[in-house]
Amino acid sequence: MKKKSKKVSYAKWGYIFILPFFLCYFIFSLIPLADTIRYSFFEYYRSGIKEVGPNFVGMENYVSLLHSDMLKYMGNTMILWIIGFIPQIVIALLLANWFTDIRLKIRGKQFFKVVIYLPNLIMASAFAMLFFALFSTNGPINSILTSLGWAKEPIDFMGSVAGTRTLIGFMNFLMWFGNTTIMLMAAIMGISPDIFEACELDGCSGVKRFFYITLPLIRPILAYTLITSIIGGIQMFDVPQILTNGQGNPDRTSMTLIMFLNSHLKSKNYGMAGALSVYLFIVSAILCFLVYRMTNGSKGEDR
Amino acid sequence: MKKRVVSVLLATVTIMGLLAGCGSSNSGDGETKKAESTVDESTEEGKVINIYSWNDEFRNRLEAIYPEVESTSSDGTVTTLKDGTEIHWIINPNQDGVYQQKLDEALLNQANAAADDKIDIFLSETDYVYKYTDADADVAMPLEDLGISPDTDLADQYEFTKQTASDQNGVQRGSTWQCCPGLLVYRRDIAKDVFGTDDPTQIGEKVKDWDTLKATAEELKAKGYYTFASYADTFRLYGNSIDEPWVTSGETVIKVNQNIMDWVEDSKEWLDAGYFNKTVKGQWNDDWNKAMGSESKVFAFLLPAWGIDFTLSPNWDGETGAWAVTNPPQEYNWGGSYIHACTGTDNPKYVKDIILALTADKDNLIKISKDYLDFTNTMSGMREAAKDPEFSSEFLGGQNPYEYFAPVAENIKIAPLSAYDQGCVELIQNSFSDYFQGNVDYDKAKANFETAIGERYPDITEIQWP
Amino acid sequence: MKSKKGNHLQMILAYVVLVILAFLCLFFFYILIINATRSHADLQKGFSAIPGAYLLKNLKSVANDGSFPMFRGILNSLLVSTCTAGLCTYFSSLTAYGLYAYDFKLKKIAFTFIMAILVMPTQVTAMGFLRLVTNMGLYDSLLPLIIPSIASPAVFYFMYSYLQSSLPLSLVEAARIDGSGEFMTFNKIVLPIMKPAIAVQAIFTFVGAWNNYFVPALIIQSKDKMTVPVLIAMLRGADYMNFDMGKIYTMIMVAIVPIIIVYLILSKYIIAGITLGGVKE
Repeated sequence: MKKKSKKVSYAKWGYIFILPFFLCYFIFSLIPLADTIRYSFFEYYRSGIKEVGPNFVGMENYVSLLHSDMLKYMGNTMILWIIGFIPQIVIALLLANWFTDIRLKIRGKQFFKVVIYLPNLIMASAFAMLFFALFSTNGPINSILTSLGWAKEPIDFMGSVAGTRTLIGFMNFLMWFGNTTIMLMAAIMGISPDIFEACELDGCSGVKRFFYITLPLIRPILAYTLITSIIGGIQMFDVPQILTNGQGNPDRTSMTLIMFLNSHLKSKNYGMAGALSVYLFIVSAILCFLVYRMTNGSKGEDR
Repeated sequence: MKKRVVSVLLATVTIMGLLAGCGSSNSGDGETKKAESTVDESTEEGKVINIYSWNDEFRNRLEAIYPEVESTSSDGTVTTLKDGTEIHWIINPNQDGVYQQKLDEALLNQANAAADDKIDIFLSETDYVYKYTDADADVAMPLEDLGISPDTDLADQYEFTKQTASDQNGVQRGSTWQCCPGLLVYRRDIAKDVFGTDDPTQIGEKVKDWDTLKATAEELKAKGYYTFASYADTFRLYGNSIDEPWVTSGETVIKVNQNIMDWVEDSKEWLDAGYFNKTVKGQWNDDWNKAMGSESKVFAFLLPAWGIDFTLSPNWDGETGAWAVTNPPQEYNWGGSYIHACTGTDNPKYVKDIILALTADKDNLIKISKDYLDFTNTMSGMREAAKDPEFSSEFLGGQNPYEYFAPVAENIKIAPLSAYDQGCVELIQNSFSDYFQGNVDYDKAKANFETAIGERYPDITEIQWP
Repeated sequence: MKSKKGNHLQMILAYVVLVILAFLCLFFFYILIINATRSHADLQKGFSAIPGAYLLKNLKSVANDGSFPMFRGILNSLLVSTCTAGLCTYFSSLTAYGLYAYDFKLKKIAFTFIMAILVMPTQVTAMGFLRLVTNMGLYDSLLPLIIPSIASPAVFYFMYSYLQSSLPLSLVEAARIDGSGEFMTFNKIVLPIMKPAIAVQAIFTFVGAWNNYFVPALIIQSKDKMTVPVLIAMLRGADYMNFDMGKIYTMIMVAIVPIIIVYLILSKYIIAGITLGGVKE
């Protein structure tokens, strides 16, 4: 009896502890979200310096978005994300495993750890600017390639679909693999050394240990990485925006969803931007639900 | 435990306080300023002139010629006039529409803003001047309301600049010091190599119209040179000669002019024939800048006066005097910054004075031409400059460019404007650049233009192709 | 024996991969720094691997430009990023602990709710956020860049996962028996255990806030409150009058130097924190 009453009194603290988060979220995210959703049903934009609307138009914005190239941009976003994410997670797992492997004595570990995170410090926009200059047809990369004789004439990297997409993917990879590595390292370090010791005694190899012990045990963090990366992927904006000057050239094949949203925000088309935001929200929710289910599969419970 | 809570709370409060302090101390400044202004309202002119612009071009010219200027703060944000009035410069860059976004926000708040926060003067460019001179929007004051009579005070201005700054009813709502006739600027060494001469008159003959220029391009190509850097270079010449606006006032239909489609066709032909440098895509990028360097194989650029001074000259790394100007294949105008008095200004006297000093005073304008190489908005002055050897340019090997600029300026017929020009011009070049490079076919490029317009201008209902 | 040989091969492979990656990472910094030391005219001539002599001149033109108050911007960014990192990690830990250590009715719902909003892209609410901030009178102030970071679902999730793996509830019980109050337990016992996670997330949020462009560009209007990315974007957008790539590269360099310093200081701590391990059973 006594115990129970004690629990009730602690419950209060649970509420107190999570209150700031929810209060803040309610004010700075939910109210704006409601506002955004509300305007998605209105025709509301600015033409020149004259405001048009808001006039209620029902689902019209949603319908006209479906008839636009939105699905194509969704595909673009996914492709760009995958090009960056696959090398990112593979390299990060590999590095995290190497760095935490006690038997593998890598010299300069500290140095490498510090270095791989560096690209993440550069602003995405500055990074994209740098790449744009480097890979332009008359840029340094081309002059190096031609002087080495690897290319006969300058390669037009950003003139082809594959070139542009690869560049964007490569930049995302470079910016984020260090981050992911640190994250996974933290997870692997968190695994009790006893387990590894037991594994050692059983005489299992590094590869086996990686697949049967490390991977399953860091699954929560892996899920976290995957989810944050997906969110990051959906939000992809700065890099393609600056690399393609906001156009997603060639032929809009590198136009991402947020670039699309941005072009509506830029023309102050609140109605359309609102509807697009709602679509974005639904898509990201579905994706993350799937991932969450996948990675937590059998467990199902949170704790 | 309580202590702990309190200390955490205290810490939080302190941080918040600090932050709030940062915020409020600034707003406090604003309030004191506002208080001052209410005191000053007894005298009719405000103490602060707010000027919206996208760079320091206008400030430099104002400092150079406006007699009331006392000094400018070292960071260039405040200019003090002799009677203590301050000019506050609100500079936002043009790119990505930042300037217009911030200006639009401020214009929407103009009615509610405190007297000294009101915009007094703002600038616009030819590409979007019509958005702000629109009579219904009424954000730029008619010059007549300020006490400036366009017919008498601005009689020496080039007619097309006055037209450009007028609304649909023909009421002039802005004025410019600049007039931007464009020329063909070419490399003397390449001219000598290919044609055996670098004489502007003879080269002028070789580029006098599009057909002749095409034959010339073939000659240049035979020697391994490009005529122009990119297809975007020729756009102004076609785009400025459209006979109907992109969007007729009051309609929501974009009519693509035949001239624009001619540009598409010719550009494709020229690019495929190798008259343009394939690696240069558009303007204002690194490749374009490099095409102006000594390593480049590009023969000529189509530029107005400011283009030579601000773009070509800094990018040129060879000896000075390597370039020359001659007549373009077709008269055109590129750019021009218009000064507008903002509706609701609390400094009408100063605004009038500044507009007159900068755009109607011949001596001032001649001085700007001398100091900044602008081709200024005074017909008689520019005619004199064309004959005055003092105006010869070292960069052009001693040639006097005004000799060529002046006649072009007098022949410019400005294309009919609409509020949608900037987007149409930008997007049509973008959409068709994929077509030029062979990434998409002609119809796809058209479709892409339609999509892009739909995103930029939700109120456009239809696009008509010629 | 065999495994030793395998180890050897693995070592070589590891070094090759690491060296290539390190090269890729440093190469861009190298180019940036080299370019910052060259004048616009030099840069136009093409790329060179040798530094030029224009660094001081470029720095001067960055410092003396009132339209782009870079050093003021760095101060603003430092303030915003530090506060954001502090608030965000503290409150995320608090929330994570609240959901992890206590049982209450709405617990499941609260957790599911946070997981659901985890996926919401910030840009989705940008429009409404701007209107809200304007109505609250916080437009053109630094506060709206800082306060909302209290609710960071992603950081919360990381903290929660970390707590799951490293905080045995028995420890909390033990503290209670010792008569420690709930806040005291959190600040004195839980926070130190979470140190490594906090360090990792602190630097991530710091960098995130430092590089954030979208929201500041929306909120900040006046020059003296602009953060570094907004200024960089403005400089990039400045047109033909300001065509000076040397200055642009220098500005980017100036903008990332503080963060690299902060990172170098914190990175040691992070890695040390991880190796020490917050997990004590």
